[in-house]
Amino acid sequence: MSKEIKIKKGLNINLFGEAEKTVFELAAKQYAIKPTDFVGVFPKLLVKEGDVVKAGSPVFFDKYRENIQFTAPVSGTITEIKRGAKRVLQEIIIEADEEIKYESFGKANPCDLKKEEIIEKLLKSGVWTLIQQRPYSIIADPKAEPKAIFILGFDSAPLAPDYDFLVHRHGEEFQTGLDAIAKLTLGKVHLNINTDLPGSKVFTNSKNVQINNFIGPHPAGNVGTQINKLDPINKGDIVWYLRPQEVITIGKLFFEGKYDASRVIALTGSEIKKTTYYKTYIGASIEAMINDNLKQENVRCISGNVFTGTKIEKTGFLSFYDYQITVIPEGDHYDFFGWLLPGLHKHSFYRTFIAWLTPKKKFKVHTNLNGGERAFVMTGQFEKVFPLDIYPMQLLKAIIIEDIDAMENLGIYEVDEEDFALCEYISTSKINIQSIVRKGLDMIRKEMS
Amino acid sequence: MKAIRNILDNIKPHVEKGGKFHFLRSTFDAVETLFFVPNRVTMKGSHIRDSVDMKRTLIVVVFALVPALLFGMWNTGRLHFEAIGEITTFWPTFWYGFFKILPIIIVTYVVGLAIEIFFAQKRGHEVNEGFFVTGMLIPLILPADVPLWMVAVATAFAVIIGKEVFGGTGMNIMNPALIARAFLFFAYPSKMSGDIIWVSGMSKGENIVDGFSGATPLGDALVGNLDKLPSPMEMIIGTIPGSVGETSVIAILIGAVIMLYTGVASWRIMFSVIAGGLIMGLTFNIVAVNDYMALPAWQHLVLGGFAFGAVFMATDPVTASQTNKGKYIYGFLIGLLAVLIRVVNPAYPEGMMLAILLMNVFAPLIDHYVVEGNIKKRLKRLKIVQKI
Repeated sequence: MSKEIKIKKGLNINLFGEAEKTVFELAAKQYAIKPTDFVGVFPKLLVKEGDVVKAGSPVFFDKYRENIQFTAPVSGTITEIKRGAKRVLQEIIIEADEEIKYESFGKANPCDLKKEEIIEKLLKSGVWTLIQQRPYSIIADPKAEPKAIFILGFDSAPLAPDYDFLVHRHGEEFQTGLDAIAKLTLGKVHLNINTDLPGSKVFTNSKNVQINNFIGPHPAGNVGTQINKLDPINKGDIVWYLRPQEVITIGKLFFEGKYDASRVIALTGSEIKKTTYYKTYIGASIEAMINDNLKQENVRCISGNVFTGTKIEKTGFLSFYDYQITVIPEGDHYDFFGWLLPGLHKHSFYRTFIAWLTPKKKFKVHTNLNGGERAFVMTGQFEKVFPLDIYPMQLLKAIIIEDIDAMENLGIYEVDEEDFALCEYISTSKINIQSIVRKGLDMIRKEMS
Repeated sequence: MKAIRNILDNIKPHVEKGGKFHFLRSTFDAVETLFFVPNRVTMKGSHIRDSVDMKRTLIVVVFALVPALLFGMWNTGRLHFEAIGEITTFWPTFWYGFFKILPIIIVTYVVGLAIEIFFAQKRGHEVNEGFFVTGMLIPLILPADVPLWMVAVATAFAVIIGKEVFGGTGMNIMNPALIARAFLFFAYPSKMSGDIIWVSGMSKGENIVDGFSGATPLGDALVGNLDKLPSPMEMIIGTIPGSVGETSVIAILIGAVIMLYTGVASWRIMFSVIAGGLIMGLTFNIVAVNDYMALPAWQHLVLGGFAFGAVFMATDPVTASQTNKGKYIYGFLIGLLAVLIRVVNPAYPEGMMLAILLMNVFAPLIDHYVVEGNIKKRLKRLKIVQKI
């Protein structure tokens, strides 16, 4: 039984720099696993500089959940282990082999396996880390009983890659992955698509899942929105979620018996000369992509989208869960009477800028805060871009005053920072709302453990 | 533009921490951000941010107040010359009001901003733009003849007691501009009410034409002189005695359109204030035991400060209800109470100020119950799941 859900509240921003639909092989030499991509993981290293690894060899594990281990996406030599302030592990860099060698985990048909066997295979190969859970957006707990599993069949964020294009011709692996995932829960597996976007046969032909249709602006593609509309999280509930290329990786683990971390990713943004798709592996260095491909040098490279992505260097690496690199200009300049002039080329959610008259126009956005930080003043604005049945302003205030009961009552288990990204974007007071939400989630998680 | 930037860049090191003039940091900040949106970039969270900021939002409100201000200036002059029996042309009339009201605006801004900057410096914050609007609202809700020292005292009281003690813009409970007015109303009632204070020059009593009454329509209505009320058309256009900015419903409506179109003010509040006023007026019409109660309900909307309060005062986002449902209740009760106080209470001719201040205090309570509804829904969902 599929459902159709219309999302009314939200905001789409038209940006310059959408990726052209051609795929190039990316000849990246270096790959990295970044422990900072994983919320709440405390890494314990299993390798040292100079070690040789295969794709699927363990690299580190989580000190608090030792059965969760993280494996190399490609084969090669560990060339550098980068640490930051207080010796926090930042990046484990692998110099890749010409031809990738894989650890063998044995082929199997997931339909013939028991739940425990599937979990064991996923954990051993490190593929388990691709499955995340709500609340908290951490890696799923293998011992937990999720009430449902969500597969996000589209991305509604600005310049997001076309998922149909990503999964094209991987129908068989995708279905194998779904079969494995279906065994992990007693509840439903939801595959959520948007029929306003070019539909993919890979998705619509899938079996063993409930296909739901979400129509509307961003954040319709966010897992938080989809869970809230289909099967909201109550205190104590757990929902797992993953994206289509993760499903294919799981499929390949059973189909071919190896950890194939290949990804098709989109290179997007107004400062890229040739925006396109690349075929590469998780953790690829972006250097080869943006070399000689930038319109100017003063740019910000983001792994992910402009709302929730991670800032990376020009020599940085693709983050674990991202399908997209965005490059936009830095905004470190003064804007003469910027708050007073009509603003023909300035994107705003509000109608105080003339640009409002041309809603279909494409914008080039930069990273300036566009104002100073203030206390909350305006009200009723967040509600216009926040489709969840939650009072966003009240929840934020509960977090700021660290009132755990109020946070629970107001629905903190149902959200994470990405759900508030649009609120942060439109905030007149320039408040760092995503940080506030993460602080609240960390507080709750500590309280519950 | 380059030259201004250079001057600012030269001064900047002296007001930074450790500089000789660090105590002027907030003043410098206020001036710098007036000319330039700063070069700060996003460090956390979303990499891009909306082009809007607090300055942009609040300047829209100030623009929306301009029609009421300009009309108020002209009307001040018009009433003055009418009172002394002189006939003049448009410009002398306007300039009379302009020079009467400009000093009030200047005093309000100087006193208010000085206090704001002082607190910003003390707290190490940037100067908040909230006073942009408050400083324009205060002159518009006073009679044109108000002594300037009173404006200064009231503004200081409003900013310190009404706002800064709570933590500044965004934290205050009651509308600062209305606090200024309420302060004057209760501290100096002889200068804030009566029949002779509303027309410039009349309180001095010189050269006033015999038989000229400076009473506001509300003052007339309260003492039962309903036959003396100006025609509804006059009240809509605003050629009547009253506070500077409140008289012209047309000018206020222009402001309302600007604020609603840009989405700066809440249509929910404006709509429900009007609904509340109409319903109370209609209720009076039904029971009507005196002439005032029999006044057609819609005329309450154009009388006194009702329109100005509904558009500019009740919609202050900080002191209004914050939830959408709450806004309906909040606005409705303001309209209801304003007309109730106006008609029934013999002590106060105008109920709008007190109605808004009262509902400011109750706004958090309204929100509490609205949010409680959402919480209950969530708990109920949890209980259903547990039963299964």
